[in-house]
Amino acid sequence: MNRTARNSLIGAGTPVVLLALWWVLSDQSTNAFFPPLRIILERFQQLWLFQHFQSDILLSLANLFTGFAIAAVLGITIGFVTALVPTVRWLIDPLIHFLRGIPPVALVPIFISLIGFGTEMRVTSIALAALFPVLIATVDGIRSVDQDILDVSRVYRLSRRERITNVILPSAGPQIFSGLQVSLQVAFIVMIASEMLGSSQGIGAMTLLAQQSFMIADMWAGILLLGVIGFAVNMIFNLVRRRVLAWYIGSRRLAKSA
Amino acid sequence: MQTTNAPDASVPDKNVPPQSRKKAMAQQPDSPEQSVPRLNVVHLAKTYGSGENAKTVIEDLTFSVEAGEVVCIVGPSGVGKTTLLKCLAGLHPVSSGSAAIDGRTISGPPPEMALVFQDYNRSLMPWLTVRKNLVLPLRHMRLPAAEVKERCDSALEAVGLTHAEHQYPWQLSGGMQQRVAIARALAYRPEILIMDEPFASVDAQTRFDLEDLCLKIRRDFNMTILVVTHDIDEAVYLADRVVVLGSKPARVLKVIDIDLPAPRDQITTRSLPDFAHQRTDVLSLIKRPA
Repeated sequence: MNRTARNSLIGAGTPVVLLALWWVLSDQSTNAFFPPLRIILERFQQLWLFQHFQSDILLSLANLFTGFAIAAVLGITIGFVTALVPTVRWLIDPLIHFLRGIPPVALVPIFISLIGFGTEMRVTSIALAALFPVLIATVDGIRSVDQDILDVSRVYRLSRRERITNVILPSAGPQIFSGLQVSLQVAFIVMIASEMLGSSQGIGAMTLLAQQSFMIADMWAGILLLGVIGFAVNMIFNLVRRRVLAWYIGSRRLAKSA
Repeated sequence: MQTTNAPDASVPDKNVPPQSRKKAMAQQPDSPEQSVPRLNVVHLAKTYGSGENAKTVIEDLTFSVEAGEVVCIVGPSGVGKTTLLKCLAGLHPVSSGSAAIDGRTISGPPPEMALVFQDYNRSLMPWLTVRKNLVLPLRHMRLPAAEVKERCDSALEAVGLTHAEHQYPWQLSGGMQQRVAIARALAYRPEILIMDEPFASVDAQTRFDLEDLCLKIRRDFNMTILVVTHDIDEAVYLADRVVVLGSKPARVLKVIDIDLPAPRDQITTRSLPDFAHQRTDVLSLIKRPA
């Protein structure tokens, strides 16, 4: 068995072992705050797989992806303009660094008062909070594009458009993807926070409601679901990254082994 | 005859191939066509910064390259050779004097010129396969697909990398990567090929191969080639003429005509007594205390 296969087996095995441990240790639990995993999973199945799948899970995920997609498109676009147009850079740079200092979750109350409790509020909060990591990474990525490669594009007289799409974008790609990964995490956090603070729907709202109505097993089921979603979303992101940045990952691996 | 309707050199018509663009852009037709060297550098100077912080890298360079010639520029390291190439490639503006192609002052990257950089690691696009690296500079020319294919095929064949066309540059050895960079320049079909220490970071055997490749390109594609190098043997072996630079700031110490017989060969040419003489001529100029 080679090293990668063994590592992925260990990676998959650890959560299974922990879950089994949780199951066994909590099985006889009478502590109201730590119900047996058996009951949590029962509630998980009842709550999430049927009753609230469409009304809450899909709703939360739709908000997450809409918000994240808006943040990604806006962040990369504004990042390009900021990095390539000096006037814009002087105007926007201080603003970016001020806004990024505000914890993303703190934006939610502002949006509740401005836009209300609806889906728009949640998507806006997610998009705005997730905007900054990808925006900043894009600007940094473009600024660190190698001068040689820019000289090459000029000597071979690539058009402005070719330079942006075929040289600068791929060259900044690894950093943009790092930014996107942070943005995705932030989007996930704000998704839950926006539902907890200003909504009666969504996974976050359901989880908080369960806690407030002392349905502890339901609360645990919600937390478990969030964990599963977070894990799955990150896995999908990494699959996309591995595809798009195959050249980068390949060249890095080769450089390390050499 | 003054061609007043010539388009601005910095925004040439993208649909016109370099050869015909050249004529449309002739801006200084006052001297007779035949006597204008392909590449003419007159009193070129380059100073960075201004006032007290001004640093003069190139003081006063004058030399010319005739069509079909291979000219090598040698000089001690740090003499400003790369700065000179960046001026010739239109990447940096000159401070005074001028550089001209066919009598036309260079004010931006000239359409008939290609450049091979020293650092192949950083001049090829790692996200593109070898063939796509070759295709990218051709896209804005809007050539028929068949011609793009033909150009890439023949360029890859010339450097012996047909088998590697679908690989990524970082999967290849250093010498192969530099051959990709040369193939990219060939597919571009420049009239003037400029190389900045192109063989400095490859091993000795590969270096000999690449030098011969350079001479083969001149023969097969009838290009004018300007090579910057710090290797005196290489300069004498490759060149019709060697421009010896002195430091600092850079100036031309001497232009030496190399009259070694063609075709040149790594073993026989390098063992000729004339090779040793000319090598000594160049070396003594460079070794001389400034």
